[in-house]
Amino acid sequence: MNRSWWKILCVVLLIFTVIAGLLGPVPALRQLQETIRNLYFHVCMWFAMMILFTISVVHSIKYLRSLDLNRDIRAHQYASTGVFMGLLGYATGAIWASYTWADPNNPAYASFGSIVREPKLIGAAMALLIYAAYFVLRSSITDIDKKARVSAVYNIFAYAMLFPSIWIIPRLLPSLHPGQEGNPALNFNDIDARMRMVFYPAVLGWTLLGVWITTLKIRLSLLKEKKWLNA
Amino acid sequence: MGSFHRILTLFKKDWMLEMRQQYAFYGILLYIASTIFVLYLAMGDTNYETWNALFWVTQLFVCINAVAKSFLQEGRGRMLYFYTISHPVEYVLAKIIYNVLLMTIMNTLNLFLYIAFMGDPTVNLLQFIGISYLGGIGLSLVFTMLAAIASKAMQQASLMAILGFPIIIPQLLLLIRLSKVAFAETFREGVVSQVVLLLVALDLGIVVLSVILFPFLWKD
Repeated sequence: MNRSWWKILCVVLLIFTVIAGLLGPVPALRQLQETIRNLYFHVCMWFAMMILFTISVVHSIKYLRSLDLNRDIRAHQYASTGVFMGLLGYATGAIWASYTWADPNNPAYASFGSIVREPKLIGAAMALLIYAAYFVLRSSITDIDKKARVSAVYNIFAYAMLFPSIWIIPRLLPSLHPGQEGNPALNFNDIDARMRMVFYPAVLGWTLLGVWITTLKIRLSLLKEKKWLNA
Repeated sequence: MGSFHRILTLFKKDWMLEMRQQYAFYGILLYIASTIFVLYLAMGDTNYETWNALFWVTQLFVCINAVAKSFLQEGRGRMLYFYTISHPVEYVLAKIIYNVLLMTIMNTLNLFLYIAFMGDPTVNLLQFIGISYLGGIGLSLVFTMLAAIASKAMQQASLMAILGFPIIIPQLLLLIRLSKVAFAETFREGVVSQVVLLLVALDLGIVVLSVILFPFLWKD
């Protein structure tokens, strides 16, 4: 019970997010209408993804300091849950964009070109591609210790290269995406106070869910790799 | 022997290898020349945006070809030998200096051939040359570290592209955007110097990261 308080918190927060997110008051903006509620789901996915990637990098750094394979397994699993959250972020974004960006008079592929050039989508695609490359790198090395070391180095290097550019590129290129000046939803004045009451709990709830999923996956892979770790 | 001296020796060794087995240098030279010639035949007249985009794509692939070789050519035995006589930081610094120099030369050739074949659409050529060197150095720094990582895995050459492209695309986007200043596109005030400073800071960051991370790749 003592150790599962955060799992209970996660469930409570997510129930609150879904109920308040779908029923709560939102400002009636002419362009967005009710799609603004996607903030509680779509944006939270990206927040959760970034937080999970950050945890993964911290574990990679700890691995290089201690050479403890447990750390490597954690870094790997946090990265894979992060990618999963990123894919969900894309899915929720695509549904949203099909109601707000896409022109119903044109076929979907006609607006594809301009959507792909969105700087925020580029940033997100880079993040996912980097971690896809991370998994390819892991699978191409057979020796366990070498795999752990090389992939930890790549994880740290890629993270350090990726994040400055995710923060900078959106400020340089034109964009249709909400949150024009920089990073959406981080600016305190960007969102309505009523929405903030749901948004912050939602971020926490989804992130905790990501961590929860990851802890289960870590336990599973620890069981699988037991023979290596005890040796 | 001081560590500066050792870096210099390692650098000289790479340089001498290059001078003796000139196939690599001429290989890349031929690569640049044939790429640009194909572009020249295929494109005819280009507007400056296409010119700019093609220049940076060529630059990227030249960099991958030039830098990839530097780690992939070292066999296991030779790495072990370097391990006994030098410190990893000295080794990686020697590689960085060598790759930056190599890329600077390739950059010069690339620029020269581009202007010779495809014409010179720039308004301020000097500015474009400056930006291209800044970009070339940045690319070679990133790919030095990536080559070091890829050299530890199987299927090194293809892995390098997979590992490198997502990392390099943001930087390349910045460079393509920045070099438009040489085509007399107007920017908001202060943006140009900010981006240049940012790229320089990024390059310094990459060197620092390489120095910190390379020793972990080195132990086998």
